Amino acid sequence: MLSKIEKKILDGERLNKNEALFLFNSEDIHLIGELADQLSKKINNNFAYFIVNRHINPTNICINRCKFCAFSRSKGEAGSYEMTIEEIINHLKETEKLSGYVTEVHIVSGLHPDWSFEYYLEMISTIKKEFPKIGIKAFTAVEIDYFAKRSGLDIEQTLTKLKESGVDIMPGGGAEIFNPDVRKMICPEKISGERWLEIIKTAHKIGIKTNATMLYGHLENYEHRVDHLFKLRNLQDKTGGFVAFIPLSYQPENTDIKVPYPSGIDDLKTIAISRLILDNVPHIKAYWIMLGEKLAQIALLFGADCLEGTVIEEKIAHSAGARSRKGNTIDELVHMIRETGKIPAERDSFYNILRTW
Amino acid sequence: MVRIDKNKALQMLKEASIYEVGTLADDIRRNLHPEGIVTFVVDRNINYTNICINRCKFCAFWRPKGHPEAYIISKEELAQKIQETIDKGGTQILLQGGVHPELGLEFYIDMLKFIKNNFKIHIHGFSPPEISFLSKKEGLNVKDILIQLKDAGLDSIPGGGAEILSDRVRKIQSPNKINSEEWLNVMKQAHLLGMKTSATMMFGSIDTEEDIVQHLEVIRALQDETGGFTAFIPWSFQPWNTELKRQNPELMPAGAVKYLKVLAVSRIYLDNFKNIQVSWVTQGIKVAQVGLRFGANDFGSTMLEENVVKAAGVSYRVSMDEIIQAIKSAGFKPAQRNTYYNILKLY
Repeated sequence: MLSKIEKKILDGERLNKNEALFLFNSEDIHLIGELADQLSKKINNNFAYFIVNRHINPTNICINRCKFCAFSRSKGEAGSYEMTIEEIINHLKETEKLSGYVTEVHIVSGLHPDWSFEYYLEMISTIKKEFPKIGIKAFTAVEIDYFAKRSGLDIEQTLTKLKESGVDIMPGGGAEIFNPDVRKMICPEKISGERWLEIIKTAHKIGIKTNATMLYGHLENYEHRVDHLFKLRNLQDKTGGFVAFIPLSYQPENTDIKVPYPSGIDDLKTIAISRLILDNVPHIKAYWIMLGEKLAQIALLFGADCLEGTVIEEKIAHSAGARSRKGNTIDELVHMIRETGKIPAERDSFYNILRTW
Repeated sequence: MVRIDKNKALQMLKEASIYEVGTLADDIRRNLHPEGIVTFVVDRNINYTNICINRCKFCAFWRPKGHPEAYIISKEELAQKIQETIDKGGTQILLQGGVHPELGLEFYIDMLKFIKNNFKIHIHGFSPPEISFLSKKEGLNVKDILIQLKDAGLDSIPGGGAEILSDRVRKIQSPNKINSEEWLNVMKQAHLLGMKTSATMMFGSIDTEEDIVQHLEVIRALQDETGGFTAFIPWSFQPWNTELKRQNPELMPAGAVKYLKVLAVSRIYLDNFKNIQVSWVTQGIKVAQVGLRFGANDFGSTMLEENVVKAAGVSYRVSMDEIIQAIKSAGFKPAQRNTYYNILKLY
């Protein structure tokens, strides 16, 4: 089976679900890694990308208290916080001062029970006005659904308004695992997988590119992962709107789902198989905040072509015990990438290369 | 598999892909340990002093005499640390300095006897630089020093102080420390007295691939002669807070990709070593798990206490349960071992 899969990949053929599942059950991580690297090179030459960005989480108050999340708080609960637009602007100014420039701001947030859709629109348009050159990557499908409900608009109208206010691209969060049974156990209050896909499809339709994610290593099994990845591949065949896929390694600390961390081997395998299945998604990101810098570096040889940027102030994964540092300098990223034999490339939100080393 | 020579090892380090060396090393590990067991030891690092004459540039742990943070451990503190180790299921202590200029053989013998008289625990202690220093200080040859330490209770010797057994590199980064020949001689004498030791390698500072291969070669040659090494433990230089980094600000830590490659080539080259250990202290748990598929079969120690690597800005801390879990989730059977790699308990 493995040699048949190998031949298919080398011939540029697509994997089917059985083959994908076979790979997840295979112990042959070296071969899987090598195949993923070959495909990655074919798609991205030999580049490994990063971006100078800043994460902003405007509030941790959230009506969805997902069991895997250690970040969210209820309103009035100790440790909850809300940022004003002015504070967000100041944070960005501070970051610009620190690193000279910021290419992208990544904004995701809790579902605040009181904030209006207008507040979010104003947040985006103010950022755009103050920092016209910064790419705004904002709001997951889960937030979009919430905005639509609160504003009475449909999804397309909601997305259109956000786009008009200045959203350039959307992150891929909230996908978790599409399987409804697992979803019921880990995030019963969150929108369904179907709804997630529908919202993302609409975003793609009106010209907003997005990322996609998969949270793995909690209560799901390999079939659920394969199913998730194939749903993404099918949608991408229709819309072509996904820019990057980001497998998210579960961080169990301070959450209600007590399972061990996924092993480094599982992380690498999942990244590699994602690359192999998602032959139509240009980029696979090794999110070093969850993997740790060291494993993320290895992931660049297991099918990933992108490290998250020089992130300043990551809160969500660190709430759940992520062991990486909260930020990384460009020198460190360039050094990490070089050691893998890849070409370090600083990018913008759409993977246009700004400079290489 | 036929033994590979230095040229082949060099070619592997420089040109081979990590998939290639990883597959080879993984096969060798599986042949040597077909039952899929990954071992660990429950122990504690006790540094009896941080005063050190060697003052290596890669080290952030040492202090000069008279420094407010300089110390020599008291017997009370030593006893307390050992008792805690035993209480937590520990079977050995890793006892190491500093090479304190004023502490002679008497201090060491007294310390060893104190431990053995009060506790039933294996003493994995000192390292060639400490033993060599004692030999010079006391005017006795290495063998005689070792005999006295052994009689006083020293059970085995860890492989520290090897760094890279290339005198070109040693002259730059640890000019006061013993040279390669002396390091090897101490180990040889210990092996000839029936004491087991481990061997380590710290790479990724100013060393080249040639230096790494040279290190592997001399270790393998001595093992052919004595068979006294229990395991090989490579780890990478941690630059933060060190003199070497201050003098070479561009020096970046070796990444995990290089670590895996060196680990795999070590497994392939050292065909006369049964055990290769991952270094979760320097690499983190996830990379250590991956290391189990790049030639390693041992997870090292639970390190109830560790000071030296921590001083250089890296402090991965984990509990014994986490180590057991990490081995399991990597697809292996965890087993607690003793210093000689005999299995004490399967989990």
